[in-house]
Amino acid sequence: MPESIPDDSIGLVKSSIFHFNEPLALASGLTLNEYELVYETYGKLNEARDNAVLVCHALSGTHHLAGYYSMDDRKPGWWENIVGPGKVIDTNRFYVVGVNNLGGCHGSTGPKSTNPATGKPYGPDFPIVTVTDWVTSQHRLSEKLGIKQWAAVVGGSLGGMQVLQWAIDYPDSLRHAIVIAAAPKLTAQNIAFNEVARQAIRTDPSFHDGHYYEHDTIPESGLRIARMLGHLTYMSDDIMAEKFGRALREGTINFDYGIEFQVESYLRYQADSFVGSFDANTYLLMTKALDYFDPAAAVAGDLTAVLAKVSADFFVLSFTSDWRFSPQRSHEIVRALHDNDLNVSYAEIESHHGHDAFLLSLPQYLSVFSAYMNRVAGECSK
Amino acid sequence: MSLSRFDFQVICDWIHPNSRVLDLGCGNGELLNELSLNQGVSGYGIEIDDKNISKCISAGINVIQRDLDLGLSDFDEDSFDYVILSMTLQASNYPHRLLGEMLRVGTEGIVTFPNFGNIKSRIQLGLGGRMPVNRTLPLEWYNTPNIHLCTLKDFEELCDKLDIEILERRAVSQNNKTGPGLKLFPNLFGEIALYRFRRKAA
Repeated sequence: MPESIPDDSIGLVKSSIFHFNEPLALASGLTLNEYELVYETYGKLNEARDNAVLVCHALSGTHHLAGYYSMDDRKPGWWENIVGPGKVIDTNRFYVVGVNNLGGCHGSTGPKSTNPATGKPYGPDFPIVTVTDWVTSQHRLSEKLGIKQWAAVVGGSLGGMQVLQWAIDYPDSLRHAIVIAAAPKLTAQNIAFNEVARQAIRTDPSFHDGHYYEHDTIPESGLRIARMLGHLTYMSDDIMAEKFGRALREGTINFDYGIEFQVESYLRYQADSFVGSFDANTYLLMTKALDYFDPAAAVAGDLTAVLAKVSADFFVLSFTSDWRFSPQRSHEIVRALHDNDLNVSYAEIESHHGHDAFLLSLPQYLSVFSAYMNRVAGECSK
Repeated sequence: MSLSRFDFQVICDWIHPNSRVLDLGCGNGELLNELSLNQGVSGYGIEIDDKNISKCISAGINVIQRDLDLGLSDFDEDSFDYVILSMTLQASNYPHRLLGEMLRVGTEGIVTFPNFGNIKSRIQLGLGGRMPVNRTLPLEWYNTPNIHLCTLKDFEELCDKLDIEILERRAVSQNNKTGPGLKLFPNLFGEIALYRFRRKAA
């Protein structure tokens, strides 16, 4: 609990919910007849309505980017270090919007929500949604908010993929696309990690084919393993060596299967905090959205061709030790952009923090990111 | 706006308006900025240094953070009208390969480098017996990034070997002083060498 809210925080914030009655045709061929999106906004939309910035979240992210819900709130939003007054995405200059993706478990319609057709939770019957579906639903929200064109759409990891999709699907609806630690599609290795995570959840006896809500239980052990595996892939070998090394919790080996190494303790802690806040069906769905993402597939894998109609200026960032979405994957995006003679800048941030670096306050990351956002802000009306 | 380096002025004079340019080792983006503001030039800079990346982004320059020694394989053939390499050739690991890459992705290449054949360097090495340290080459042999220094003659010989046709050559002093000596003996009095070149017609 913060004794007092730090001066550089946006402070106390509230979420809003928008209910959509227009059916949403999904990439799967299914249709969601109605749905809700939960979102948060920070800062003021200017008169010209041209200072809005959309932040797309990653696998386990939410619409709660920054600030606190109450004075009892233990932690601020997930991008508190980036979003706020005077920060990289400066809420004194921008109107910032965070939205929980469809299929999520933090307020937008998802597997936990009640299926109006049955009166019971959707569970596994909630349709698998894709990055394209998310972008379509976010676009509808932007219309409701009266935003015709975003000054920038920003996202890291799976969020960065949404940014890329935005630039492809709605080229006139954004001026800048900021793609951080992302990839134009997953590799076989990426998909394999996701599949192991899904198997961990789906083979948990408490999973009940996804109907666990009705059994008043959750596939806790499966979700824990999925999170531990995922978390491993977000860190680098170096940072794990630095953080934990081979340090023992009790200073000695006990020849049993309890928590002995510090790294084990850390992983279990991560799993504990995740299980309490995340839904297993949503986890399954998010990993599928990741696996399916491949905008170039429509044009025989030609990323350059699929970006031909893009008009946004791009800023692409990657982190040297990110092996989940390595710099090489960002190079592919950058190449396809300059092949189209588009405005693009690319920064490769030296870091040993792995994929999770995009959540941290690394000096060079903040320096280039804020330099770019400054430019974006400079182009907005007063 | 006056440019901080005289070789930039010559490069600006050489480049046609509205052309597409790739600036290798673009530093803080000063040259690209000048070219885009005054000559409608578009393109990209490639730079490795973190501080310069931030400066380019602040200036609104398209900059791509990349080590030039890894080559230009991400760029297609004939993507640019000009590929510029200013005061960087001598710091690259494989100057001959880089020149080849420049003319693969661009129609013309522009190179500037400190002339190691300059009289000051010759005197410092030939008479003083020590590696030259002067205003064009300010660092000591052990901490200089300039690992492939050459003279005008050396460069022209390499061009000949690589089937590169030199279109224009200038040798200048750092403060842009001209004199008859510089015209007659560019390899002796030139401090900075500037070349514009292209592939020899097959």
